[in-house]
Amino acid sequence: MTKTYNAGVREYRETYWMPEYTPSDTDILACFKITPQPGVPREEAAAAVAAESSTGTWTTVWTDLLTDLEYYKGRAYAIEDVPGDDECFYALIAYPIDLFEEGSVVNVFTSLVGNVFGFKAVRALRLEDVRFPIAYVMTCNGPPHGIQVERDIMNKYGRPLLGCTIKPKLGLSAKNYGRAVYECLRGGLDFTKDDENVNSQPFMRWRQRFDFVMEAVHKAERETGERKGHYLNCTAPTPDEMFKRAEHAKELGAPIIMHDYLTGGFCANTGLAQWCRDNGLLLHIHRAMHAVLDRHPRHGIHFRVLAKALRLSGGDHLHTGTVVGKLEGDREATLGWIDLLRESYIKEDRSRGIFFDQDWGSMPGVFAVASGGIHVWHMPALVTIFGDDAVLQFGGGTLGHPWGNAAGAAANRVALEACVQARNEGRHLEKEGKDILTNAAKASPELATAMETWKEIKFEFDTVDKLDVVHR
Amino acid sequence: MTDIRDYRSSLVDPASRRFETFSYLPPMSDAAIRKQVEYIVSRGWNPAIEHTEPENAFDHYWYMWKLPMFGETDVDAILSEAEACHKAHPGNHVRLIGYDNYAQSQGAAMVVFRAPDHG
Repeated sequence: MTKTYNAGVREYRETYWMPEYTPSDTDILACFKITPQPGVPREEAAAAVAAESSTGTWTTVWTDLLTDLEYYKGRAYAIEDVPGDDECFYALIAYPIDLFEEGSVVNVFTSLVGNVFGFKAVRALRLEDVRFPIAYVMTCNGPPHGIQVERDIMNKYGRPLLGCTIKPKLGLSAKNYGRAVYECLRGGLDFTKDDENVNSQPFMRWRQRFDFVMEAVHKAERETGERKGHYLNCTAPTPDEMFKRAEHAKELGAPIIMHDYLTGGFCANTGLAQWCRDNGLLLHIHRAMHAVLDRHPRHGIHFRVLAKALRLSGGDHLHTGTVVGKLEGDREATLGWIDLLRESYIKEDRSRGIFFDQDWGSMPGVFAVASGGIHVWHMPALVTIFGDDAVLQFGGGTLGHPWGNAAGAAANRVALEACVQARNEGRHLEKEGKDILTNAAKASPELATAMETWKEIKFEFDTVDKLDVVHR
Repeated sequence: MTDIRDYRSSLVDPASRRFETFSYLPPMSDAAIRKQVEYIVSRGWNPAIEHTEPENAFDHYWYMWKLPMFGETDVDAILSEAEACHKAHPGNHVRLIGYDNYAQSQGAAMVVFRAPDHG
């Protein structure tokens, strides 16, 4: 059927609101929370978002008629109330898979969270969830190795892994920094970590840090007979520099390196993940800048979407929040995105904020990393919340031990193993945690001292970004 | 400084060498080991026994004791294989594994008999 060209502005809903549309198995689906400008009908706002994130522009153009826009357009196919907030609503939008370059998280996000977020017809806009069809997932490389391969490489089974971020985060010399790493690892940690701010500053250039840290790792391995690693932060100003640092880490025999996927960007991250797959190094991912994007309940990108993006782009570890520590994180929502990182098929579950079924096929899973303001008293809750496929990172909770890092590390290791043993015996960790730790401390003066040091510390502030719950 | 304890660990002391999960806890009692075996069975994992000289414990591959006990759910049978391995190799670490064939990994791995001078 031929169409005629009519210049001018049409309402978006004439073209992009399609409540009768049934999404195809290959569509990319998105759920946006839209706060429209006063007076803009919901259907029009939803259609506008669908248009501006796909084929539309503000006016009709003659070249529209040179293609099959009916095929390529995004389709707003459903609208739902937001529980607890009458000013917003959810819009569900389906995009045909052909709109996106294969294997490009960059391209998907340039469309979905591009110009549309500055669009005047909406006061605020939040991308709550995205369903990546298995057909698209299969075009992405994903995690370089995944949980199962990392366990085999590192020889760690039947328990969460233990880490620690070296502090102070800025200002140490490379040799003193390596000392802090060595003390943590000989005391019983599996990993230590560069702070995200540590790249290659004048007080400690990356090459000296890598050299001293790897000497520490290798000595701690000989001393303890266990496999160890330090996340060498390869985040750099340019891709060339990033790969140069990664190559040197490989030459030193490092089992794992690190990248900041949001400040470094999806292009750099996807490239580094591919390099890690090719070169046999694990990849730890930090998420600096995420709270800028994900914390506001009405605007930005929900963290569950950023977590899915990382699994597609590639990483073997991702920070997820702790639920119990010093940083933001609602428990049910956190459990939701932990599943999205680790499981192969995750069903829609609104009680966890998951809007779509997500099938990852055989894409490897990502270790959840819990880090920030946690100490031995949190161990029973952490083991319960995160299960085995997690890295629990105690920074201050290791380095702040009155007897030093090695004792702090041993305290955490004893506490962790005591909790895992008790869990396996069928005991209720969150109810019996105090008894379990107190009993373990009888054989570990390091743990007894840690328990005494941090007995009063709590972080009880309400979360800002909560799941939407009914108020009427 | 008198309140601060030294962390005792060194390259020359074999007792500093650890062997992963549960090696920072005191050796488990027979009753405690039985509970871990029950856990492996309850998860539907396949039990297996391995052993090694302590000086070679860092290797990925230890010596397999017979074959993994596929489908074995009798806790006493599993414990008796571990004991038989320990009797045959009293100087070695003996490790109990629970193979999770769905995850293609080990759901559990722990040393249940420690070599002499290793805690």
